[in-house]
Amino acid sequence: MTSLLEVAEVSKFFPVGGAPGAWRRLKRRLTGGVEKLAKVHAVDGVSFVIKEGETVGLVGESGCGKSTLVRALTRLIDIGDGHIKLGAREVSLKPARVFARDRDRAKIQMVFQDAGDSINPRFTAFEAIADPLRRLRKLKGKALRQRVETVASQCGLPLQLLARFSHQLSGGQRARVGIARAIAVEPDLLILDEPTAALDVSVQVVILKLLQRLKQELGMSYLFVSHDLSVVKLLCDRVLVMYLGKIVESGPAVEVFEHPLHPYTQALVTAAPRLHESANKRLRLVGEPRSPIDPDPNVCRFYGRCPRGTDACRTTMPQLRSFGQRHVACHFAEEFLPI
Amino acid sequence: MTSSVLSVEGLSVEFRTRSGIVHALENVSFTVSKGETVALVGESGSGKSVTAYAVMGILDPVARVTVGRIVFDGVDLLAAKRSDLAAIRGRAIAMIFQNPRTALNPIRPVGKQIGDMLIRHGKAPRRNVPEQAVEMLRAVGITDPARRAQAYPFEMSGGMCQRVMIAIALAAKPSLLIADEPTTGLDVTTQAVIMDLIKDLAGKMGMATIFITHDLALAGQRSDRVVVMHAGHVVETAPTAKLLAHPRHPYTAELIAATPDSAQNLEELAAIAGSLPDLRRTDLPPCRYSERCSRKIAACDQPLPQAFLGASHLVTCWNPLPSENASGTRVSAA
Repeated sequence: MTSLLEVAEVSKFFPVGGAPGAWRRLKRRLTGGVEKLAKVHAVDGVSFVIKEGETVGLVGESGCGKSTLVRALTRLIDIGDGHIKLGAREVSLKPARVFARDRDRAKIQMVFQDAGDSINPRFTAFEAIADPLRRLRKLKGKALRQRVETVASQCGLPLQLLARFSHQLSGGQRARVGIARAIAVEPDLLILDEPTAALDVSVQVVILKLLQRLKQELGMSYLFVSHDLSVVKLLCDRVLVMYLGKIVESGPAVEVFEHPLHPYTQALVTAAPRLHESANKRLRLVGEPRSPIDPDPNVCRFYGRCPRGTDACRTTMPQLRSFGQRHVACHFAEEFLPI
Repeated sequence: MTSSVLSVEGLSVEFRTRSGIVHALENVSFTVSKGETVALVGESGSGKSVTAYAVMGILDPVARVTVGRIVFDGVDLLAAKRSDLAAIRGRAIAMIFQNPRTALNPIRPVGKQIGDMLIRHGKAPRRNVPEQAVEMLRAVGITDPARRAQAYPFEMSGGMCQRVMIAIALAAKPSLLIADEPTTGLDVTTQAVIMDLIKDLAGKMGMATIFITHDLALAGQRSDRVVVMHAGHVVETAPTAKLLAHPRHPYTAELIAATPDSAQNLEELAAIAGSLPDLRRTDLPPCRYSERCSRKIAACDQPLPQAFLGASHLVTCWNPLPSENASGTRVSAA
């Protein structure tokens, strides 16, 4: 399989707590010095590859930088450092606002977390799906209507619902509109940000099956962001585990969830409720995560919450190391390797 | 049967709306014993929260309890005076709401909000209130509680806000805690910690808990008994392990089969056919699941079999799945 998306050493920092712009300019003029702002390290040196036709899961707790990473990949925001390569083309060079009108814009599309919030309330379902087609495909009139109706039926959305506004649709139908809108322009890579988080289990199953079918029919790759590990396990070939801006573990989904090597993944896997298991054998995490503001580059990000935590973790940042198809950023990964 | 703290008997609730009467609950019955954790499980719109609100006496004004009793500690809450209710609510029955960020007062420091509760229910002399509030924060596992007591909800993470909600709910040492999806929107790691916390504190205080969730896997791990609801009906009630291993009601079985954890791959995962019926309909069938049900038989058009209070495994179905020893509590018509 050839690689579709290559992400190399991508970083995105956000400045925090700066003085208002006018005051900062005045201060700079008076003192001649530039104030150095503290920075939130939202995404810090992340690298991975998505192959053609692959489904990759991205898991991690809220605040770990999943959304920032996803927004950087969809080119909704600019990255600070690193490269994003789509096929043969480097897409991270163009600023996000220019890329919005780029010919490759259609190739990466996104399904947002809450379809209710991400569909313009003044748009009917038809207009919501037609919008990207008008902008990126320049479709009009009959051709536009035909294309919208085709994707709507691909997504199992009855055509009579196209005239409705998003508040007149059920949660499952709204999710279908969100998916139809994203696949309308025939993307190569579809990024799904918790597409089923707001849905009941019964509807969730239907949407997951729809996504699976669309992938086979249209030959897309998926990046599936979720905190529901049991869903990731069912849907994904490979999984990336993120903690405070860094990827701490990656590998084939089933292997990662059955034999997690990083202590954070272990905590995550054992914390997920299972139908036929009691909650007792869980690995307990203590305390709150470390601050993502200007973290010490030599301390493991998980230090302090990690049940393992030794002196080595406080003085050397563990790098991602490879064990076959698996990659783990922990000094003690060997101890958990299946023999 | 051990002494029940709460017993809901034949509760029916309807909402009078402009577009018709919504029959939100019909003949809902269940009991909660001392120290027991009961999970209310079902899809959204199944009436889990309405049941909780009815017990708390905080139903929307358009709602009307048409028939039924809610007996708490020997008192019928529906017949009680407003002033008596005010004394029970918050003090004896406390509730943790779904979204801590909207349930907390955004312009009052969290320590003060806990203090309000202590003052309202006279649990501490006024001058000790700030100290007590800090103690409560410490009890729910917030680090540096003295400083955090001064913080506003927006300064805290979702998990910490939920801990504050728990501290407020437990401030008056209630004998019944209602937790309405206390961990939706939280990470699995935080979820596990919060659920542990509720369990530990409930154990220490001998408190009964009603735990509302749509996550069957979570209910399975965290409850003693499960009450499965569908479209305002209780369809099945059983001890948790028994219910998960041998569901009798077709809906429970489908709910389990739809839980992602139950399958090895996506193909095995089964969707539940159809959707909840419109509860405004005047021609709702006696079994509100019958229109979605694959085990429907002729008897399903008759009034539902009555569930008796007291038996351990109840199923309101004319054609339930066979039990493992074929001698389950098949309930007969009243």
